[in-house]
Amino acid sequence: MADPTAPTAPTAPTAPAGSGGDAETPLLEIRGLRMDYPIRHGMFGRHIGTVRAVTGVDLTIRPGETLGLVGESGCGKTTLGRCIVRTLRPTAGTIRYHARDGRVVDLAALGQRELRRYQREVRLVFQDPFSSLNPRMTLLEIIGDPLRNNGLAQGKELERRVGEMLELVGLPPGYMRRYPHAFSGGERQRVNIARALIMRPRLVVADEPVSALDVSVRASILNLLRDLQEELDLTYLFISHDLSVVENICDRVAVMYLGNIVELAGTDALYRGPRHPYTEALLSAVPRADPRLRGSGRRIRLSDDLPDPAAPPPGCAFHTRCHYAKAETCAAPGAGPVLLPPPDPSGRGGTAAGPAATPHLAACHFAGDLSLTGV
Amino acid sequence: MPEMSKNPTGVAAAEAAGDGSAAPPPLLEISGLRTHFTTREGVVKAVDGVDLAVGERRTVCVVGESGCGKSVTARSILGLVDRPGEITGGSILWRGGDRTSPVDLAKLDPHGEELRRIRGGEISMVFQEPMASLSPMYTIGDQLTETIRLHLPMTKAEAKDHAIAMLRKVGIPKPEQRFNAYSFQLSGGMCQRAMIAIALACGPGLLIADEPTTALDVTIQARILDLIASLQESSGMSVMFITHDLGVVAEIADEVVVMYLGTVVERGPVDEIFHDPKHPYTQALLDSVPAMGQGRGQRLRQIRGRVPHPSERAEGCPFHPRCDSAIAGVCDTTEPPETVFGPDRTARCVLYTPGLGTPGNVPGDTDPAEEREVPANG
Ligand SMILES: Nc1ncnc2c1ncn2[C@@H]1O[C@H](COP(=O)(O)OP(=O)(O)OP(=O)(O)O)[C@@H](O)[C@H]1O
Ligand SMILES: Nc1ncnc2c1ncn2[C@@H]1O[C@H](COP(=O)(O)OP(=O)(O)O)[C@@H](O)[C@H]1O
Ligand code: SF4
Ligand code: SF4
Ligand SMILES: [Mg+2]
Ligand SMILES: [Mg+2]
Repeated sequence: MADPTAPTAPTAPTAPAGSGGDAETPLLEIRGLRMDYPIRHGMFGRHIGTVRAVTGVDLTIRPGETLGLVGESGCGKTTLGRCIVRTLRPTAGTIRYHARDGRVVDLAALGQRELRRYQREVRLVFQDPFSSLNPRMTLLEIIGDPLRNNGLAQGKELERRVGEMLELVGLPPGYMRRYPHAFSGGERQRVNIARALIMRPRLVVADEPVSALDVSVRASILNLLRDLQEELDLTYLFISHDLSVVENICDRVAVMYLGNIVELAGTDALYRGPRHPYTEALLSAVPRADPRLRGSGRRIRLSDDLPDPAAPPPGCAFHTRCHYAKAETCAAPGAGPVLLPPPDPSGRGGTAAGPAATPHLAACHFAGDLSLTGV
Repeated sequence: MPEMSKNPTGVAAAEAAGDGSAAPPPLLEISGLRTHFTTREGVVKAVDGVDLAVGERRTVCVVGESGCGKSVTARSILGLVDRPGEITGGSILWRGGDRTSPVDLAKLDPHGEELRRIRGGEISMVFQEPMASLSPMYTIGDQLTETIRLHLPMTKAEAKDHAIAMLRKVGIPKPEQRFNAYSFQLSGGMCQRAMIAIALACGPGLLIADEPTTALDVTIQARILDLIASLQESSGMSVMFITHDLGVVAEIADEVVVMYLGTVVERGPVDEIFHDPKHPYTQALLDSVPAMGQGRGQRLRQIRGRVPHPSERAEGCPFHPRCDSAIAGVCDTTEPPETVFGPDRTARCVLYTPGLGTPGNVPGDTDPAEEREVPANG
């Protein structure tokens, strides 16, 4: 399969680590990733269908970047994130990870034992700060758990490292003997982040890390994530459905619809000039925090009827809600449109210069003809 | 608009501003509302002196961080406060329906007949969790017709026709089929539409919506907001909309009420709240949201600390432990008085109180001419 997220130049972009310029070496390359959930009748009943939660995703994560993953509820964001941290085993596809030790491994294919050492390097921060912490464990136990489980530290050394981590996320180390119920949502999210970072990961998958928080607390967690990224050289996959937060923190953004990436571009290019009708609709739905902008811009409204991921529409999966759909082309049975850069290399989105220039990819038959509105 | 650091009520201010000529009294007028919860640990003053008004055909947004008392205020209006909560002071004047004189909802028995008739008939409410507020035991249609027959003199058949018409009006496709559906068979957006259909079935004068879109995707939120706006347009109802999303506020509000720890710290027309906020808390809230269209990278301003529990409310100005403009010796001792800047434009902060605040600390890009007026009035 062609590599649509690589530059269009024919030179092989997936050269093994060490053979190319370091800036070009990706951290993670996802190819053809699929995740099917079986639908069963009753708790142990027979298999009566399949939810195709992720349906062939290609995505490359570059070292040091924050890559945003956005889309409506149920489009497969969490599922994709969980495949990467391998709390789920993907149905098909590869996840090539360029590890700290220089090796390139396929996380999708590894068994539990070999996986362990790499799972230290790829960690998850959960969405819900309230239900994700065990109420019977102290912060020391919660944050130190991965270290102890892996036999990496215990006793005084464990305490020292947990204390250090608490400090790093802005909590007093003296809190380590307390239980999570005594903490607010923002503080619990700091604990969650500390737990993810104690293993000194390189890639952090943050699944809606600020969605459950108040605006002011959200600001402090976003600032913290930004500071930690700089301090610890982290790469983030930042999952969110809040497009204003994503614009604030992400370098690139991937837009997901019904299990697929439909648009991928640098943040500014995507927000200024979306190339996929779904992205345009998402952007136009975000309320702008300025009453003077009321009524300005385009209002595109999508129907509430999300297709059932167990029975996705044929052709372009978005055609049932797309305002630009042409029945003959878009609803035609068979595979839908694939992610492609603009036909004209000097066209929109292809303007960024430099070695890591980001092509502006969209999966729409008419991406080249439509003139869509951003923010 | 001239600033007046007098202090009296909104009515006096409106007269002073010279346009109080024939403005009708507001549909809903809350004054000095206190709703307290008496618990084993002590009295929780969830709402502690709230003043706000909703005029006819207006949309008033109530904002503030969670725990500031927004929901308790809304529930107080309809006598829906959970035990052991109780309205302990103030009044809630309601001028809707065919009344010639206002009724004080705060004085009505929460379980009594009069409030039951007003609830769902003249004033109705939509909650944050649509799934939780619809019963899974009855169909959408049953729940709609029950509300309709409680308030309107209709036969079963008439009520059913009306219910289906309402479902169609709120944009539910195939309403005849959905009439027989249960809430768990509908998506979050459809459930919220059904809730709105129930809330609007009896043509209320006021719709209270408590975070009705917080649990929904932006795409669905946009359509629900459009729906409320168009229903308001056609029926002329007023809306009190509770949210912590400042984007939503900017989109739909005529007026904004900012709450902090059970009190109203600032209120005013939406444009002034966003472009000339007076209260440091309002300013801080506005600075903490990323403005879309600004591009990547701006660090966000964060508010120090967090909203304390009402039982740990600080002396003086409740915001002072988190306020960057706080004046030692003043803000931690004096409860700031309300300063009236114009009709329906107030703030509670000593920076605007002659003799207490220093104009240099006034937040935002206040016009220097205005700044001079504050002390000039003292
Ligand atoms: N364990 C499971 N069994 C069956 N289906 C599942 C399971 N987990 C998720 N799904 C389905 O897979 C699809 C993708 O779910 P996923 O949780 O990845 O979405 P998401 O994009 O993270 O949504 P949200 O924004 O609501 O978190 C949905 O249709 C969901 O119902
Ligand atoms: N049933 C109750 N018993 C005791 N305290 C309550 C109860 N309901 C709400 N409160 C308190 O009242 C305060 C305001 O709550 P609420 O109105 O729900 O806030 P908001 O809607 O602004 O987030 C909170 O501190 C909350 O803990
Ligand atoms: S391919 Fe057709 S249906 Fe799909 S996004 Fe493009 S125009 Fe819309
Ligand atoms: S009264 Fe003082 S502490 Fe309160 S908001 Fe004004 S300046 Fe800040
Ligand atoms: Mg999710
Ligand atoms: Mg609330």
